[in-house]
Formats: sequence, structure tokens, C-alpha cells
Amino acid sequence: MVNYFPEEVLEHVFSFLTSHRDRNAVSLVCKSWYNVERFSRGKVFIGNCYAISPERLISRFPRVRSLTLKGKPHFADFNLVLHDWGGYVYPWIEAMAKGCTNLEELRLKRMLVSDASLELIAKSFPNFKSLVLVSCEGFTTDGLAAIASNCRFLRELDLQENEVEDPRGQWLSCFPDSCTSLASLNFACLKGEVNLAALERLVARCRNLKSLRLNHAVPPDVLQKILARAPQLVDLGAGSFVHDPESETYNKLKNVMQKCTSIRSLSGFLDVNARCLPAIYPICINLSSLNLSYAPGIYSKELVKLIRKCKKLQCLWILDTIGDKGLRVVASACKELQELRVFKSDPNDVGNAAVTEEGLVAISAGCPNLNSLLYFCRQMTNTALITVAKNCPNFIRFRLCTLDPITPDAVTMQPLDNGFGAIVQSCKGLKRLSVSGLLTDQVFLYIGMYAEQLEMLSIAFAGNSDKGMVYVLNGCKKLKKLEIRDSPFGNMALLADTGKYETMRSLWMSSCKVTFGACKSLAEKMPRLNVEIINEGDEMEGGSDDRQNVEKMYLYRTLVGPRKDAPDSVWTL
Amino acid sequence: MANDDLGLETELRLGLPGVGAGAGAGADSDASGLVEKNEKKRMFSHISDHRSNDSKAVNKNQVVGWPPVCSYRRKNSFKRDEGSKMYVKVSMDGAPFLRKINLGTHKNYWDLVLALENLCEALKDDDNSDYVLIYEDKDGDWMLAGDVPWEMFCESCKKLRIKKKADAKGIGLHAKDLLKRFSKGE
Repeated sequence: MVNYFPEEVLEHVFSFLTSHRDRNAVSLVCKSWYNVERFSRGKVFIGNCYAISPERLISRFPRVRSLTLKGKPHFADFNLVLHDWGGYVYPWIEAMAKGCTNLEELRLKRMLVSDASLELIAKSFPNFKSLVLVSCEGFTTDGLAAIASNCRFLRELDLQENEVEDPRGQWLSCFPDSCTSLASLNFACLKGEVNLAALERLVARCRNLKSLRLNHAVPPDVLQKILARAPQLVDLGAGSFVHDPESETYNKLKNVMQKCTSIRSLSGFLDVNARCLPAIYPICINLSSLNLSYAPGIYSKELVKLIRKCKKLQCLWILDTIGDKGLRVVASACKELQELRVFKSDPNDVGNAAVTEEGLVAISAGCPNLNSLLYFCRQMTNTALITVAKNCPNFIRFRLCTLDPITPDAVTMQPLDNGFGAIVQSCKGLKRLSVSGLLTDQVFLYIGMYAEQLEMLSIAFAGNSDKGMVYVLNGCKKLKKLEIRDSPFGNMALLADTGKYETMRSLWMSSCKVTFGACKSLAEKMPRLNVEIINEGDEMEGGSDDRQNVEKMYLYRTLVGPRKDAPDSVWTL
Repeated sequence: MANDDLGLETELRLGLPGVGAGAGAGADSDASGLVEKNEKKRMFSHISDHRSNDSKAVNKNQVVGWPPVCSYRRKNSFKRDEGSKMYVKVSMDGAPFLRKINLGTHKNYWDLVLALENLCEALKDDDNSDYVLIYEDKDGDWMLAGDVPWEMFCESCKKLRIKKKADAKGIGLHAKDLLKRFSKGE
């Protein structure tokens, strides 16, 4: 019956499906839908670059225009994964350059990107429009220069939290005078100097520029000139905001800021003199997003004065220097708040800067729309978590990190099981959860029982026995990513439901109680999983004792078997 | 994971039923997990003891990757040029000898005060005294610390002095105890 629809009609109907999950579902209906879908698919999302090969991607989706790739496992962010573990983008670009030259957009996360890759992109894709690199490394500003010089229709160059070497510093000047298409430019993570005159000219000629995030090398006087040229900006990342509040520059900046009525998102302030913050007061009322998490040295008092004015704020990223008191102000001023991230201001954990459960409770009471949280705190209590769960049933992402990973309830000294239990029970839409503090198997019982939509779970220093992990594997039907460190889960849990891992993207276990023997038998049983043992010390060369605990294991489903680019210290069993 | 090569005892026991020895590596972002120097551990233990209630806890300075702050953020949250070395002498009332502190490694007054508290912990004769922090500027005048912006202070500060408030006649007696003021997270 469905075959009576001509393909063009099907294709037109499918064009309304934007989510890759919907498209994946549609392609499973029947052969003809599969074919129509694959030829019309423009955007592909690959959550693990080793789950599939570039050749197979291109043969299934020959018309792909936008590709998103993720490489290293999440715990690589915390130095738990070797630098050279993998996630090279070059083979993907090479394959696309041969088979799919209409690529327009590339979004990469935790991948190794070489200058050669960037140069190949610049050369191979005439319609290339958008490059987004998040937490990547391996490239220098030479690679960026190649992109700037050659991508004639570049609309977006967005560099977020990458480690980039800057040997020459002239990449910005490489945008030719004919380049007027830039709508989004983010180079906040670059450490080197930029050609300021070139930057000013670039901004002046790109009339569609909506998003601009500068690095610390852009001083306030240049910022002022840029804003004067680009009052249409919607998203601004200020670089350096250190200047004398008595100066002429500051005055000019204040005046020009008042005209920037389109700015909805503000970030940066990588160097800041808190006495200059009043310059941005006029635009606070329009802000929906504020990220001051890279702005050191703003005292709580100044922070609070600023935030009080941001009545429409939906997203706030802040340092814990704000304190519980400051969070109470946020709760009373920012009623529309949906996302809050409170980061540690002091990586060495010295001193008083911290927030506690009180700040979180205040936020939950004042901001009922809160759906996304990342909260680094000194302490937490079950009562607080239960209150938060009651006040904010809409959490989609809930990530709590206590300073001490096994700290108990600060008042009762009990485990925090009940608190997190309340969260999962109340927040029926919860997709991502990170737990911390003193936790027993009980919390995992709750998670397995209630967290029906959970897709990603991060566990550290928690649980008592294999039962904990089994509760999660059995209960969370939609689980995609499970990452566990320093928890007493062993072979029984690992092997309890091996089929489950094919329904998930990946499992990470480090410093747990899983042995070589168990990993080997899992790998044997499940050929469509890659079971990698990451081995930094060279204690095991060649034969290894099956009874020995594995330090780090990363397993993921794949259609293409063991990868060939693993370094010596990574074994695929 | 015991690291016998360094001759240091690093194995960490979490002390929970059913939990094995935890990772016992250092807090540096160095991925090879070098052990935090014992010396450093001792210095901070005073502050963590009376400032936080996690005395039974895993020593946070010894766990790789905890708290889970991504390495980019760890490296870039504090924009202090390593090149700017601004060592100044610090004298304290009642202390038999002076110390030196590098202003360049601190990002604001609060940071400095914490570092000074740390430095002086061993030197303080009694905890109940109020102290004021003064500095000698380029002109040779003794000034109360905290009035001018941090950068300006760093540029003009030649020497630091921690005086007992009772002895600090004629130097801003109305100013509250600077250390306490900044400690409250103003």
C-alpha cells in the first residue's frame, strides 16, 4: 500500500523529519523507504567514529552535507584516556574528499584533527560552510589559515575549548577581502595574538555576523570599535575586559554597548576588572544566556549586581565564587532559568569558595523551569535533593559533583541514595545523570527502577557490589552510554547481559573489578563489540593473567570490527 | 595503584565495604598520574581540616581526574602569565624570619589572602588576634592593602607586612580585618 506513493512524495514528507532518530526509524520500515531516506539524508550524526567506517557512511548516504563525529570517550576530558588513543578525523575527510564533495558542514568533538586534515577540507569541498570543533586537538593556526584562505562561503568557524598551537598568529588575516559570508566566528580558546586590524576589517565587511567570540588578545578598545561596527550581534564573547573605568575607552565602550540591543548571549571576560562590569548593565535585561565561568576574579558582590539585572536569563554558567548567597539572588531574579552550571573556581581546592546544598535548594525553589544542571559543590544532603526533585520535576540533565567523591549526607552522614532516588523518581524525562557522594547499591536500584528515559549515566566511587551495575543494565532500557570509574563492579555484572551492550553506544569501566578473563570472554561472545583494554603502565606485554584486574576497559558496538589505528597501549580483544 | 618507583606510599583505601583500593595518583593534569608531593599535602591539610567537613574523605588531591573538571578548563581557568614573577617579601609581627611570595601567581586579593593565611599558619602565635595587611608602595609609603584594583596593587607593591591590628595605629584602624573580609567571599 505504501509503495503507491511516488518517491518524490516520500522524500518530501521525510524532509520534515529533522531528528536523526526519526530518520533512522523511518528507514527501518521497508526497503523502499530505506532507499528514499538514504538518498535524501543530508545530516548524519555519528556518536562514535569507530562504530562505522567512512566508506560505509558514504555508500549509504551519498548526499550527506553535514557530518557530526565524536571520538574519544567522555572520560578523556579528565585525563583518564591516553592522548593518542585515537579519534583521527583524517580518514573521514579523505574518504569524503573522494566520494562526497558536497560536504558543507563538519562538527567534531574529542577528535584528533591535524593541520593536514584542515588543509584537505579547505581544498576538497567547494561549498564548505561550517566547521565546529569542540575539545579537539592536534591542529595549529596554520590549519585555520588554510580554512580561512580557501573556504569562500564560510559561514561558521566555531572553536570551543580546543588545545591549539599558534606558531604564526596570522591566520585571521587569511580571510580574503572577498569573504563576507561569516555569520559566526568563535576563537576564544586561541591563546595567541591576532591581527587586530584584520579582525576589525573582517567584522566590518561581514554584515551577517551574528555570533562573535574573541580571545584574550583582543583588548577593550578594539572590542569597542568592533561593537560599533556590528551592533547586529546576537552572541558576544568579550576577550579582555580589563581597563581603567576612568578612561575614555571605557566611556566609549559603555556608550556603544547601550546600542547593542540585539545581544542575547554573553560570554568570555577572560580577563576582567570587576569595576568595569557596569558597562554591560544596559544589555543585561535582554540576555538569555550568560557564561562567566572563564572570568576569574569577580567577587560575589559584583556578580550578584550583574545577575540581578538579567531577568530573562535562561542559561547561566558561573563559578562557585558566587556562593550560596549569590545563588539565592539568582533564584529571585532569574525566574526563567532553565540551565545552570556552577564550576569550581579553584582547581586546587584551597579556600572557601564553594556552594553547598543550600544554594541548589534556593535555585530549585525560585526557578521551576530548571531542566539542566551541572553543580560542583562542597557538600550535599538527601533532604536538599528531595526538595530539589519536588521543586523541579523537569530535569533532563542532572550532574552533581561533590568535592570529595564519597562524601555522605552532610547532616545525617548517611549515603545520598535517597536523594538521587528522589531525583530519578520525580524527573520522568531525565536523560543524563551524574551521581557523586557516598552511594550504595540502593541508588542503582532506584535508577534502574525509575530512570526510564535515561541515556547517559556517570558513576564514580559508588556502589557496593555487582548488583548495583546489574540494576542499571536491567532497568534502564534507553541507556546509551555508561561510564564507571573506581567502583566495585566486576565480572558478574559485566557478563550478566552481554546483549545489552549492542543496544548501547559504549561502556567505560576503569579501576573497577573486571578481569582480563572476563573481558576476553565477552569479546569472544560478542563479535559486534570492540572490547578495548587501555593499558598505560607496561605491566602486561604479551600473555597476561586472566585473573588480573583490568585498569581501563572501553567497549562499544561497531559494524566494522577492530580498528587499525590503535596505539600499542590499546588492545582490542 | 602503588607507585613504588617514587618510594612514596600512595595506595589509597576508600574504607568502604566491598570497595577496593582506589586510584592513588596525583591531581596534576599530567596524565601519567604523578604523585602529589607529600610536602604539598601537609601544607593544605590545615586549611582543609578547619574549612571543610570531609575529614574522613578521600584526599581529593590524590585522585586523578577528580573533581571532573575538563582539562581545558583546568588549564585555562586561571590566566596568570607564568612569566610574570613578582616576588615580594612578607614580614609578620612576631615571626622570627621573613617569607617571600609571588604576586604573579595570584589573580586577586582574595587569592593572595588565602595564600598568606596558608603561609602564616605556622607563624601565628594565637588565632585570636586580628591582623591587617599593609604594603610598601613605590613611593615608600605604607598603604592598607585592598583599596586599589589588583593589577595596580601588583605593580606598586614592593613589600608586604602583616601587622597585628592592635599595633597598627595610624593605618586605617576603621578598616575591618582584611583577612576576615576577604574570607567571607565579598
